[in-house]
Order: sequence, then C-alpha cells, then structure tokens
Amino acid sequence: MKKLESLITSADNQRPDPSRRWFLQTSALAGAGFLIGCSEEPAAPTGAETAAPAMPAEPVDAAFNAFLRISSDNTVTVVVKHLDKGQGVTTGLPTIVAEELDAAWDQMRFEFAPANAALYNNTLMGPVQVTGGSSSVSNSWMQLRQAAAGARAMLVQAAAQTWGVAASAVQVSGGMVTSGQNSASFGELAAAAAELTPPEQPELKSPDQFKLIGTRLPRLDSNAKTDGTAQFTIDIDRPGMLMAAIAHPPRFGATVRSVDDAAARAMAGVEDVVQTPRGVAVVADSFWTAVKARDALTIDWDFSASENRGSEELRSYLKELVAGEPGGIARNDGDVEVALGSAARVIEADFEFPFLAHATMEPMNCVVELSETGCEIWTGSQIQTLDQGAVAALTGLAPEQININTVYAGGSFGRRADPDSSFVVEAVMIAQAINGRAPVKLQWTRENDMRAGRYRPISQHRLRAGLNEQGDIVAWHHSMAIQSFLAGTPFAMMLQDGVDATAVEGARGLPYAIPNLKVDQTLAEIGVPGLWWRSVGHTHNGYVTEVFFDELAQAAGKDPVELRRSLLASQPRHLAVLELAAEKAEWGAPVADGKGRGFALHESFGSVVAQVVDVSIGDNGVFSVDRVVCAVDCGIAVNPDVVAAQMEGGIGYGLSAALAEAVTLVDGEVQEGNFDRYLPLRISQMPEVEVHIVPSEADPTGVGEPGLPPLAPALANALAQASGKWIRKLPIGRQLQA
Amino acid sequence: MPIDLTVNGQPQTVDVPPDKPLLWVLREDLGLTGTKFGCGIAQCGSCTVHLNGSPTRACVLPVSAAAGQEVTTVEGVSGDAAMAVRNAWRKLDVVQCGYCQSGQMMSATSLLASNPSPSDEEINRAMRGNVCRCATYVRIRDAIHEAAKELEA
Repeated sequence: MKKLESLITSADNQRPDPSRRWFLQTSALAGAGFLIGCSEEPAAPTGAETAAPAMPAEPVDAAFNAFLRISSDNTVTVVVKHLDKGQGVTTGLPTIVAEELDAAWDQMRFEFAPANAALYNNTLMGPVQVTGGSSSVSNSWMQLRQAAAGARAMLVQAAAQTWGVAASAVQVSGGMVTSGQNSASFGELAAAAAELTPPEQPELKSPDQFKLIGTRLPRLDSNAKTDGTAQFTIDIDRPGMLMAAIAHPPRFGATVRSVDDAAARAMAGVEDVVQTPRGVAVVADSFWTAVKARDALTIDWDFSASENRGSEELRSYLKELVAGEPGGIARNDGDVEVALGSAARVIEADFEFPFLAHATMEPMNCVVELSETGCEIWTGSQIQTLDQGAVAALTGLAPEQININTVYAGGSFGRRADPDSSFVVEAVMIAQAINGRAPVKLQWTRENDMRAGRYRPISQHRLRAGLNEQGDIVAWHHSMAIQSFLAGTPFAMMLQDGVDATAVEGARGLPYAIPNLKVDQTLAEIGVPGLWWRSVGHTHNGYVTEVFFDELAQAAGKDPVELRRSLLASQPRHLAVLELAAEKAEWGAPVADGKGRGFALHESFGSVVAQVVDVSIGDNGVFSVDRVVCAVDCGIAVNPDVVAAQMEGGIGYGLSAALAEAVTLVDGEVQEGNFDRYLPLRISQMPEVEVHIVPSEADPTGVGEPGLPPLAPALANALAQASGKWIRKLPIGRQLQA
Repeated sequence: MPIDLTVNGQPQTVDVPPDKPLLWVLREDLGLTGTKFGCGIAQCGSCTVHLNGSPTRACVLPVSAAAGQEVTTVEGVSGDAAMAVRNAWRKLDVVQCGYCQSGQMMSATSLLASNPSPSDEEINRAMRGNVCRCATYVRIRDAIHEAAKELEA
C-alpha cells in the first residue's frame, strides 16, 4: 500500500492538472501490479492494413524499433498501440511518424500492436496499455516523433555510408533520400539502416518545419471501412468455431437458482448449454441457433442479493444524499457559507441525470481460442493488458501466454475500457466450460448490450450561488450525489477522501474567478454497475456548471458571454476559444423570435472547447437544433480534419444523450432493451456543424471526448433564451411541450 | 430444405432453417461479413442490403423470403451510384468506427439510384433508418451531395 500511495503522490506532483488526474491514478494502479505486463519480446504483429493494393512480391521488413518498420517494398508500417474505435488513431499516429521520417503519405501503413505493457503502455498512465482519456495522440506524441526521427537518422547514415558522403550532405523528403546525384528510396536503404545504432537524442523538427502535421491527409482506414473488408470482432472466423449467446441475470447481482435447458438442448445445431458466473450461455453452430436456444431456456433467478430498486427509488435516494452532509470535499476556496450569508441574492437549482448506455453499434463480443498452453483472443479492448491479466488469473496461464489480437472496434466511447473485463472474461469462461474444445465467439445481442450495465452513472446535483449588489458572482457551491463506478474495482484507489476524481472532474476545475467556491460530493451505494462514458464526469458537470452559469448571468442581467469573458481574464486559452466561437457564431447579433442561441465553454482532457448552438422552437415547444459552431484549442492539430470529425462526433453523441437517452429501471430491471426504446440520434436530428481550431504550437491534447461536454449546456441555454425555461433534468425529452 | 437465391450476381443454394434471417445467412453461410448486425429488430440499418435493388433490413428478413430473389451486399454493389457513393465516402473521409457504414452506403446508393439529386430533407428521410453512434451524419449528408455531383458530371 505504501508503494501505491507514493505512486499516486508522485503522479499528482508531476501533473497537477486536475482534468488529467484519473490518468495518473490509473498509472498508480498499473504500478501497483494489478495490470500485468507480458513478454519482453513483442509477438510478431500480423495483418497490416493497407491504403494501397498489396505488393505481389514477398517484401522483407526491417524493424527500426517497436513502432516502425520499413519494408523492401518501400512501405512504412506503424505499429499502433491503441484501439481504433473510430477516433482516427490509425491516421493520427502514422502522421506523426511520417512527419519526423519525412515519408510520403502514400507509403504509410499501420497494424495494431500486440498486448504488451512493457512496450506499448500509455506513457501518461504507467505500465498499462490503455486507449482512454482522449490521450492516444498526446501520449504517443514524443514517443513516435523520437522513434521516427531516430529511424530517419539511421536512413541518412546508411545513405551517407553507401555513397561515401557526409551525413550532413544527405537530404530526406517525401520518402526519398538524396545527396547530389545519388538517390534511394526508404525501401532500398531499410535493411542496412536498421542495422545501425539508433541515435540517443534524435533531432526533432520544430513546428514550423512540419509538412504533414496540420494538413488534411486522407484517413488510412477509409478504404477498408467502405468496401466491407474491415475486420471487426464480429467478423473473425476460426476453423471449427462455435457461436455463443448468453442470458445475463435480469437484475444486477442476481444469480441462477436453476436452469431447465431441455428445450434448448433439443434444438438442432446446439452443442452445449453452460452455466458461468456471468450467466447461462448456449454454444451452437450458428449465432441464430444460439439465440433461439438461449431464448428457450427456463431460468429461475435468485434475486435475494440483487439490486432491486427502480430509477424512482434511486432518484429519491440521491436527493436525500445531496441534501445531507457531504461525504467528501473536492475543492474549497474562501468561505462559501459566509459569502452566501452576506450575498444580495442567492440562486439555487437542482439538476438530475439518468443512467446512459454507450450503445456502440457493434454489441460487445470476443473470440477465444483456449488450450492448455495458451489463449488467443480477438477483440476490441481499450485496456488490452488489463484483459490479459484478467484472463491469466482466470485460466492459470501466464500473461505472456495470453495473446490479444486487437481488431477494429465498432464504437466504444469508454465501454471497452472495462475494469472487470466483463465480456472478455465471459467469453473465456464459456471457452473453459466447453474445455476449449473449439474456438468460441461470444456475441451479445443488442438486448444483452443494453441491459448489461456499465452505464454513465445516475447523479443528482444541487447548485447554490450568491450575487452581490453589482451582480458579481461571489459564491458558488456545487454538491453532487453520485455512484462511484470505481468502488469495488481495481481502480478503487482513485477514490480519495470520499471523492471520486472521475465524478467531480469538470466541477472541481471550474475556471471562473469566483472568490468563494466549494465542490463536494456524496457517494451513493447502487448495485447497477457504472463506467466511463465519453467525457466521464464532464458529461454531467459540464452541463451543471454551464447551465447554472447562464442562470446566474440572467439573474444578474448580464450577457452570458460577456460575464464569462470577465471571469476568465487569467485563462488565456479559454478566452481565445471563447472569442473564436463568439466571433464565428456572430454572438451578439439579434436572434429572431422563435429562435434561440446558447453558449457553453468547457475544458476536458487538456483541451478547451466552446460551442454556440442555434435552435428553432415552435409555440408547441417542439424544437430543432439548427447549427453548432464549435471552437477548440487542442494544441497542435495533427490532422485538422480528424479533429473536426471528433468534434462533430462529440456533438452528435452529446446531442443524442441530451435529447432522448436514458436507461431506466423498474424493480431493478432495465426497461430499454433496444433502439426502439433507447433512442439514438438520427440524421434528421443532426444540425449543421462548423469547427474552428485555435492555431497552436503547443503539444497536442485530447479530441475524442472534449467536443461533447459543451453541447448539452449550450443547447439548454439556447432553449432557455427561446422559451424562458431552464432544463434541469436530462434528457430534455418533451419537457418543453408540457 | 435448400433455398436458392442470387447474391451479388452469383446463384447460391443454402441449406439452413427457413426462418434464419438473411443477415446471418450472408455472414455465416456465405462468408459475406461486410453486412453488420446492430439491433436485430430493423431499428439501426447496419444490416441494410438490396433486395431486388431496394434497401432491406436483412436482420429481420427470413432467408425463405429471399428465395429466388436478387440480394446485393456492400461487397458486390456496383453501378454508377454505388461508385459515386464509395468515392464520396472516401473523399470526405466519412467513416469513424466504420461499423454502420456498409448499411449507410447501401441506403445512400438506393437513394441516389432513384433520386440523383436529393435535397437535405430527402436525404434525411431516406437515411433516417441508419443509425451512426459516431454521428458521422454531417459528412453522410455532404457525401451524398458530393456523390450526386459526380453522378451529374
């Protein structure tokens, strides 16, 4: 435990930015040995994705380091240590390599790295391979630049030796190495260059020398994802593979009392019915058969230890908690109670948030090939080495005997960063139950996926603020009651002094200059498993803080953007983003009757994003979202088009949740099983989106999540302007039609 | 009982239960995995194929209902509209995770085949059945307009 504490402390000291806190504590977790590394030698990666037709000859690859190979066919393969779930890592990371290597974009390829905590860890999180916290580019930035610059120097050295010239007389550009009349491709030099010793401190470019970074390069995954060839877990096929479908407990924490599987076993094609600690699974020769047989099971469930409350009971419980004494204090500047006591006006508001499902398009799945000497896994996981450890613990195999093949993930949004490796462990349990006699693909149905928990937690917030006679905000008190999804998991040490860092993020770091400011938290005991959901605590805190801020501006009779400007004087990044969004959206121009325009600003995962949302609303309260203007400071935009895509995606995902998403329970059972009741955003609801990027020479920061938090509050602020009603409960649903 | 159908122009015979959805026949029995499973109740469009040229949700269509019919999947879709859609999808880099995109492109191809120059409203109406959780919707609209331009040229 002492080691743990010191790791947490040192991590906090290194990076005091509170928005980064959870990464660092994750690194403490990794250091504590919960996450198990694997062999020193990486397994030979296979299955390179190509942006161009494969070469007919047998090319020979030369490895320059763990991230970079150059082939005799002149292709450059980047080993991508992160999961691709749509965020563009398979383009962004090769861009960084191509830049420092001075490669041509059309020679770039990529492949996914094997699970290996020693080689492919997230450099912001310690010895664990994680794709999360919008950190894929930021944690790889210096690592890949150095790897590529080192390889470039080796190519130069090899050319200089071949041609008998000084290294300083050799140039590299667009994938060609030249000196006077001499020229060679990377492929021609690769074998000799890879034999050389890499320089210890390769020279890196300065941002003004970038040729590829900052330009719109085409995505390397577009071709495979537009002709049906991209391989997701659901597409993996193995010789003799069986399909598994599972019946999960209908309430969280319920267990099996008895199973009648006679009807299921009688079905043609059914190979086995197995009971695991996670549910009852049918193994069959086709998925269709497996699902039909699963539905023919009669299972008697024991609900004596399950979470049997519904959403209404949980809401009442949270309201009691938020009204009581706080369990922990996350921030305490000045003296809020004294300031509220002497304020000219006190404004109060309560906010409610539901459980949210990630609802990735590809329901969770995993392919397992288990033998006595090893376990081969195909899945899309955000924490490969955690899964590796979990499977090792389950099977008794050594971590290096667990080979995890990362494949494209059909969406994730945090879902595949599962602290208890739920669907991977489940698939391995099924493989164990049939003694590994055949490879097994566990495929969840949509209903499995919707009802398996790991939701963005339900929460309740109470806000109080004091204004003085001039309308200045003199006090701000944010209390929240929320379930911690870290409790009871290997990540529990991220809970400190009654505060869950992931639940207060975005509230604790409020950027406005307010002299008396308190954020406190009470943790709820709820048996519905929660999880990080695209932008995590920022999902609710971004909404609460930015909507309440507008309520205060209105109460003070001030323009909400002007009020933000005045309280952000010492926050230059925030101010620049605010100004860019306000200018592009023509903030301050008159807004017609029946229209509304709202503003919100939020920092998360190292990036600052502001959005201006335009709405139209009818007398009946029916509204449409017409346009979103988005400004972002994410440091250097490695690929501005991918940044724009991530902003568009964050906006759409945030809008979807704000409009209609909620997981509700009655007597402990989830009511929404599919897209007929859990309503995802559709194209007809998607506004026009403009993305503007603040020019920057700072190191890159996150883009996968930061586009989400400002959307819902900017929308609510626009609706309040148009309708006079403040939305304090999400989703918005039909509240304005009442 | 064996069921005959034509898939991507090739005659195929499959011996499967007649109520097995076309989606799973394509994926499991014919090895065509470009068509995806998303919801199983025709609410998300990931499984969209063409049945005699019309967009159809393969997850709820019993294979027996496709007997004797022409099925086209993302692997085999061809013609000017299909090429224009694929080119536009690549030019604008529509994809993110990519999982729903086969279905999106099949729906878009059908739309353009019947309406070579759709308005935003017509696009929204035709594409409403295809969910994308990555919310690539702005680019899908733009790409359909882009494909329409290519078809016009």
